[in-house]
Amino acid sequence: MPNTSSSKKHCQDQPQLSGPIPKSHMAKSEENKKNSGKKLKDVEISVPIVYGNIAFWLGKKASEYQSHKWTIYVRGASNEDLGVIIKRVVFQLHSSFNNPMRVVDAPPFELSEAGWGEFEIAITLYFHSDVCDKPLNLYHHLKLYPEDENSSMSTKKPVVVELYDEIVFPDPSEAFLARVQNHPAVHLPRLPAGLTLPPPIPVEDASKRRKGDTKDNPLSQWFLNFSEADELLQLAAARQQVQAHISKLKRQISLIEGQHKQLKSSDQ
Amino acid sequence: MDAKDILGLHKTSFPSSIEKKSRPPKESQRKPDGISREVYALTGGMPPLMPSIDASQLKKKHNEKVTWQWLPFTNSARKDDLHLYHWVRIVNGVLPTGDYSFAKYNKSVDIIKYTDEEYEKYLTDPMWTKEETNELFDLCERFDLRFVVIADRFSSSRTVEELKDRYYSVLRAIVLARAASSGDVATHPVIKEPYNVSQEIERKRALSMVLSQTRQHEKRDEEVLIEAKRIAELRMASKVAEQSQLVVATNADAEVTERAVPGESLSPSNVQHPPMAVPSPITDNASTLASLRMLRVYLRTYALEQMVQVSNSTAGVRTIKRVEQTLQDLGVNLKPRVPTKAVCAEHLELRREILTWLNLQKQVQYKEAEGSSYRDGTYGETPDTPKDRTFIPDSLNFGVSGERVGKKDQKRKGHGAQPTAAHKRPRKQKASDL
Repeated sequence: MPNTSSSKKHCQDQPQLSGPIPKSHMAKSEENKKNSGKKLKDVEISVPIVYGNIAFWLGKKASEYQSHKWTIYVRGASNEDLGVIIKRVVFQLHSSFNNPMRVVDAPPFELSEAGWGEFEIAITLYFHSDVCDKPLNLYHHLKLYPEDENSSMSTKKPVVVELYDEIVFPDPSEAFLARVQNHPAVHLPRLPAGLTLPPPIPVEDASKRRKGDTKDNPLSQWFLNFSEADELLQLAAARQQVQAHISKLKRQISLIEGQHKQLKSSDQ
Repeated sequence: MDAKDILGLHKTSFPSSIEKKSRPPKESQRKPDGISREVYALTGGMPPLMPSIDASQLKKKHNEKVTWQWLPFTNSARKDDLHLYHWVRIVNGVLPTGDYSFAKYNKSVDIIKYTDEEYEKYLTDPMWTKEETNELFDLCERFDLRFVVIADRFSSSRTVEELKDRYYSVLRAIVLARAASSGDVATHPVIKEPYNVSQEIERKRALSMVLSQTRQHEKRDEEVLIEAKRIAELRMASKVAEQSQLVVATNADAEVTERAVPGESLSPSNVQHPPMAVPSPITDNASTLASLRMLRVYLRTYALEQMVQVSNSTAGVRTIKRVEQTLQDLGVNLKPRVPTKAVCAEHLELRREILTWLNLQKQVQYKEAEGSSYRDGTYGETPDTPKDRTFIPDSLNFGVSGERVGKKDQKRKGHGAQPTAAHKRPRKQKASDL
């Protein structure tokens, strides 16, 4: 506690930065300087997300220009509420759509439309001001038709394409850290010793928060599961194999070198 | 005789007689048999590189009875009934069948023929009279659309482009008019790509300009292009320098920052600085991490891509392909499906280990090659050329501990210092000794 209060005092007494910079940023850089930047450097916040689309063929109701009903979305990887980090999401659709720039201001960050074509959608994530002032871009190729050309399209089973990724904030502000430290959508590494954060501000509207998560989303039955365990196993096994090859070759090399040595000495 | 000797006349007559003797033998040597000297000289006076007749052809079997007869023939390409004679090869008493062999080359272009009606309806043009149009089409037929010839023969002076324009527009109008529906002829070249007069004129003008450029002109153009390229590269370098300066710790000297931003000036002293001041961010792990941090927010997949690029930067394209092939063989996704922090770290490590493995494989190959040259005795002949020992390029030592190179040096030194010990060992008999 004494640390934080003294740094705040410091900030007020000696504003070293010029006016236009917002106070929260000023506070952050001041704190960085004060604490030699070490504690916040090692803390990286990562937010696992899944983004993609689900597309239903309309079957009998399909028309020439609207053969599919599709939804593009960004969700938390474990269906947690991303609203704590993301302020709004902008989906940039194909220019043939009316108002191709679609803004979604609240979670769940999804957009549904009807159409016939597959195209690339640019998804821009805007974060809350204490999180990051720079937006982040994702790109997703909308998929309506099944991979296998011969498989028949059904109105009941949709085409689902989901991609896993993680948003990384390498240098989070204390305020951000404090706000999200116990939120399930966010992955925090173990905080270094000596770093004490103020307790998180309780969210005003508990019911509002619940709606932001996608656990009860009507589309959630189609969501895919992403587990790092399988991939880790695969990688570990591969590494073992390669390491074995490496040791074998190293032994071989030293053997050959030994032979060379013998030949060389017998020359003279 | 003495007088001749004194004057040296005798000597001059002597060499000339030798010349006479040497010339005929040389001449007869040069002239090959079976071909007269002048004809041989036509070929350049040298025997040909390749025989003109395939030797195997002469050895072919002659089963058939071939005779030649002087017979009359007709040419289907001719409109008259001319009968000419020529030699015909008769095989086993059978005459050859078929038309005159050159008749198939009598090709001509099908020029459309429009009726007067069609002319009135579709083809009237303020710039062209009916007579001129008729004349044009007649010439087109006669000269197979060789517009240069047609332009020359045309009665009034029209440029090639004008003639072409008229011909193609007439053709287009007729094709469209005669077509049952516009869809039918949409693929016809005249419809798909109509003749564009102005474009053609411009194109030919540009072409002639290029062709008629003097050498001086060419040199000047080249210089300008090189200068432009240099300026563009400088701009790129200064941009990269700016970025990397942001990346490097802000504690760095102000001088460094100044040097790294040379601005747009092209003075030679400044040209030196960008390459020096720019630590190429691609090949440096630490600077990649630093640049990622500067982004303030990024995707894990993007970070992984950057790190993979760094590790690939030391390897060539083929090596990178081999790494990817190895990954596939091991059943690993080239891009992880669940890119968490741990998975990405493992993935990177795996890639690095594969690179190490590939480099070791190369090393083993080199070593074995070395070994065989040892056994051949070639190394025994040049014992004091340390270059030969370490001809493995530095890039291969990436991933392999540096101590290996050091070991070699030690061995060599050991040898040089103890020649006596070596002598004491019984020397193996070698082939080179004999």
